[in-house]
Amino acid sequence: MAHGPAKGIGRWLFATNHKDIGTMYLWFSFAMFLLGGSFAMIIRAELFAPGMQLVKPEFFNQMTTMHGLVMVFGAIMPSFVGLANWMIPLQIGAPDMALPRMNNLSFWILPFGFALLASTLFMEGGAPNFGWTFYAPLSTTYAPDTVNFFIFGVHIIGASSIMGSINIIATVLNLRAPGMTMMKLPLFVWTWLITAFLLVAVMPVLAGVVTMMLMDINFGTSFFDAAGGGDPVLFQHIFWFFGHPEVYIIILPAFGVVSAIIPTFSRKPLFGYSSMVYATSAIAFLSFIVWAHHMFTTGMPIAGELYFMYATMLIAVPTGVKVFNWITTMFKGSLSFETPMLFAIAFVILFTFGGFTGLMLAVAPADIQYHDSYFVVGHFHYVMVAGAVFSMTAAIYYWLPKWSGKMYDETMGKVQFWIAFIGFNIAFIPQHFLGLAGMPRRYADYALQFTDWNMVSSIGAFMYGAAQLMFLYNVIYTIVAGKPTSEEKTWEGAEGLEWTLPTPAPFHTFSTPPEVK
Amino acid sequence: MAINATQKITLKLVIAAIGMFVFAVFLMPPLYDVFCELTGIGGKTAGQYQGEAVTVDAEREIKIQFVATNNGAMPWDFSPLTYQVRVHPGEKTAVEFYARNPTARDMVAQAIPNVTPNNAAEFFHKTECFCFNKQPLKAGEETNMGLVFIVDPELPASVTTITLSYTLFDVTEETKPAVATTN
Repeated sequence: MAHGPAKGIGRWLFATNHKDIGTMYLWFSFAMFLLGGSFAMIIRAELFAPGMQLVKPEFFNQMTTMHGLVMVFGAIMPSFVGLANWMIPLQIGAPDMALPRMNNLSFWILPFGFALLASTLFMEGGAPNFGWTFYAPLSTTYAPDTVNFFIFGVHIIGASSIMGSINIIATVLNLRAPGMTMMKLPLFVWTWLITAFLLVAVMPVLAGVVTMMLMDINFGTSFFDAAGGGDPVLFQHIFWFFGHPEVYIIILPAFGVVSAIIPTFSRKPLFGYSSMVYATSAIAFLSFIVWAHHMFTTGMPIAGELYFMYATMLIAVPTGVKVFNWITTMFKGSLSFETPMLFAIAFVILFTFGGFTGLMLAVAPADIQYHDSYFVVGHFHYVMVAGAVFSMTAAIYYWLPKWSGKMYDETMGKVQFWIAFIGFNIAFIPQHFLGLAGMPRRYADYALQFTDWNMVSSIGAFMYGAAQLMFLYNVIYTIVAGKPTSEEKTWEGAEGLEWTLPTPAPFHTFSTPPEVK
Repeated sequence: MAINATQKITLKLVIAAIGMFVFAVFLMPPLYDVFCELTGIGGKTAGQYQGEAVTVDAEREIKIQFVATNNGAMPWDFSPLTYQVRVHPGEKTAVEFYARNPTARDMVAQAIPNVTPNNAAEFFHKTECFCFNKQPLKAGEETNMGLVFIVDPELPASVTTITLSYTLFDVTEETKPAVATTN
């Protein structure tokens, strides 16, 4: 036990090794990604043509809700926690995470949280059907009884996230190798440190808001019931006080990944390292004071609309700093376009596009038209999918050789990239047009004039879905039959402590701390 | 040494997380209420009006609509006797609501008011209202409940119709020990 992994299932059940736990997080999140993706396929298949084709409207509502919940809480967030588990100790020269047993707990409660959530699909009344933002009173007065499973599921998922974040903060603050000062930390570590603070601050607010729902539904309180002296708009304020930092929780680690990959394949150090750190902190701070830009149509006073509009636009400044830094890093670099770099460049382009549509949505008077339309759906898929998922894919291709000691097939990687890139854009560009033309989100049916673009969007979505199956195949193929590699530096231009380790990374690393100059 | 530092930061973060939970559940709702009261949004009306008599603005006429709803499983018959009145701002108007307890047990009810549009709430003054007190009714008993109100002449010019909604709650269980009033 002391020198290597335990044998059998016990290795995973009682895992305290950061690499094993990271691997479990990554596989779990990929399973959730496929589950949430299959919900998306049902949605797009139903929307392929107007009228009801495949599913009942009630089930369609469950699909949009479950797709959002599973993707945000089951796929994106745990995948980045998995990446943090794998990479943070390797990048700061630590032997493991600071709290290995809590690490085990925070992973192993996750499957139970999602089992609670997914089990509602098979219950009378069906799964949650009130949208992933679960606005009251739809999620309280009018919710199916299964809402209680959803609430306890969210509690468990939230507890897992909080424990994961505490672990990351403790690791980064206490276990850095000698000489690894804060301003020498790789940017992925920095972005995760800030993300972890955001998580500790807002996941309890999410737990609070679902607890209030639980009280309203089962114990006769009236937090969100106007009839009892409460206010449903209060729900939206509390939800988005959690929800807006949450979108940065999802995207900041992606910034960190891209900040690692672009310098490697540009063969230049990252441009403006310290400005990146400050920009990330600024984004994190601003994320707490802009929440009501999701609520421009709730009848806010004009002063509130103006404040939230300008404060939101302010976020474009630090985000712009980051985008320009990535571009400047590539400028006059000796570029090469391996699969991780392709995904990273696509990230920069598509995320910026999603950022611009975000700016359009930030304009309060215009938002009243865009609100709850497919334009919003298009916008947030550009930042969530082309942002978080593309960067996660890049990260897997980038570090998989270091983890497994096998090289992925470059041709298959590139084929996957192009199918994903083209499929993604075919799926989501038309949704902007649909939204501007007035198609509302979350409906199982639509008016006839929206048919053509919906068909195009569905075809793109199926392409993008197929690319994910290819991704799964590529990863398994690499692990099983990839070309073995033992080069310490998989990539010629890569910098950082993780590339000083043998390949594949041994079970225990940095038992003696490295010296960082 | 590293263990201590780790324990310290873990403890701090756990306290922070619990603090944020407490903030969300116990502080955000009251803060929100205070904010709505200060800014006059949210549609909640104030308590009993003690203001001075004001001149009646006969030039303007405001339509006042009354809505009565039962909360959840509340079994009472509850409705306004007048569904709509037209008043001049500054004029004192009295209307009545009807309530009947059709059940076989004695019950206590509490009505909760709300005013739409939101920006009219602070200009809708109630000098007498059944919502200031709990309403007990014995099994099978019925009653008419009074409301006297004044619309403030300062009411924004954009408001021509005010809807006053009451929702009736069953508070029989809660009233047993102490009687506290809400408005």
